[in-house]
Amino acid sequence: MRMFAAGFALLVALVAAQPLAAHDITKGDLVISAPWSRATPAGAEVAAGYLVITNKGLSADRLVSLSTEISGQPEVHEMSNEGGVMKMRALKDGLAIPAGATVKLQPAGYHLMLMKLKKPLVAGQHYKATLIFEKAGPVEVDFEVRAMGAGQQKGHTGHNH
Amino acid sequence: MSRSIRTLAVLAAFAAGALALTAGIFAFGPSEQTRPSSVGGPFQLVDQNGKTVTDADFRGKPFLVFFGFTHCPDICPTTLFEVSEVFNRLGPDAEKVSAIFITVDPERDTPEKLKLYLSSFHPRISGLSGTNEQIEAVKKAYYVYAKRVPLEGGGYTMDHTAIVYLMDKNGKFIAPFNLKRDADAAAADLRKRL
Ligand SMILES: [Cu+2]
Repeated sequence: MRMFAAGFALLVALVAAQPLAAHDITKGDLVISAPWSRATPAGAEVAAGYLVITNKGLSADRLVSLSTEISGQPEVHEMSNEGGVMKMRALKDGLAIPAGATVKLQPAGYHLMLMKLKKPLVAGQHYKATLIFEKAGPVEVDFEVRAMGAGQQKGHTGHNH
Repeated sequence: MSRSIRTLAVLAAFAAGALALTAGIFAFGPSEQTRPSSVGGPFQLVDQNGKTVTDADFRGKPFLVFFGFTHCPDICPTTLFEVSEVFNRLGPDAEKVSAIFITVDPERDTPEKLKLYLSSFHPRISGLSGTNEQIEAVKKAYYVYAKRVPLEGGGYTMDHTAIVYLMDKNGKFIAPFNLKRDADAAAADLRKRL
């Protein structure tokens, strides 16, 4: 009985630890980490997805496209601020992930642009997207939706983790 | 795109940059009360309840003005969120200020659309739309550059000036308002203008 209880406790501990271990995804030479999105305002028809991609290999790869059931038109975008003017463009040739490099998709920079959003993103929920890489192929990624103020680069609003 | 339109676009982008720069210099100037101001001015637009509003409706209290559109994935909802946070920190004093979010995309951002979108943010934020002519006029008054850019996969996005303008009780431009700081600090700054 005691053995059984100990075994059960171990099992519970293993199950509880699972989500943490599932954060990083390795596919070929690529390691994908910290996929997230911000919650969307009411009626929003677009959202953005963010993540970090590290290429541990010796040859460059490229994020070519993506698909997700929550968006009718998902694209890989770049955002820039030119003299106070915000500009957003689709990356026609995808996003290069050079050998040995870590590329961050983050607010005000590269992002997954989820247009024709099919349902609002609510903090605490998750959604899945399949990223297509030129060499590593398709990778299914689970995105965590965080509060609207999450990920700001200043002091204590939002919570980065 | 014709050459003259392209030249205009470049000029407008330059003007927006120059404005940001000048506004930045003003912000650090020693006597902001006495400096000249040409940003802002009269406008007539439609609010999220379908009511015609003018600049006069916002006078009597300091107010923030910024431009954007609801098909914006990042900067616009973030700015609305940050302004909401600052207003929350003001508590009851939030009644003594207001904020105006003006769409640069009146075709998609109808009053109904803006009403729904703004329900996610602080109630002291108004969302203004209007005819193309009305939007062009207010953009000009605030030296705002905005341009529709088609996306290869269909649809379009808007390049746009992302400055938040702080206006005084009389509708005169004070300075660009910095939201990239702690919300309490921004709220304290705003409180000084009441
Ligand atoms: Cu985008």
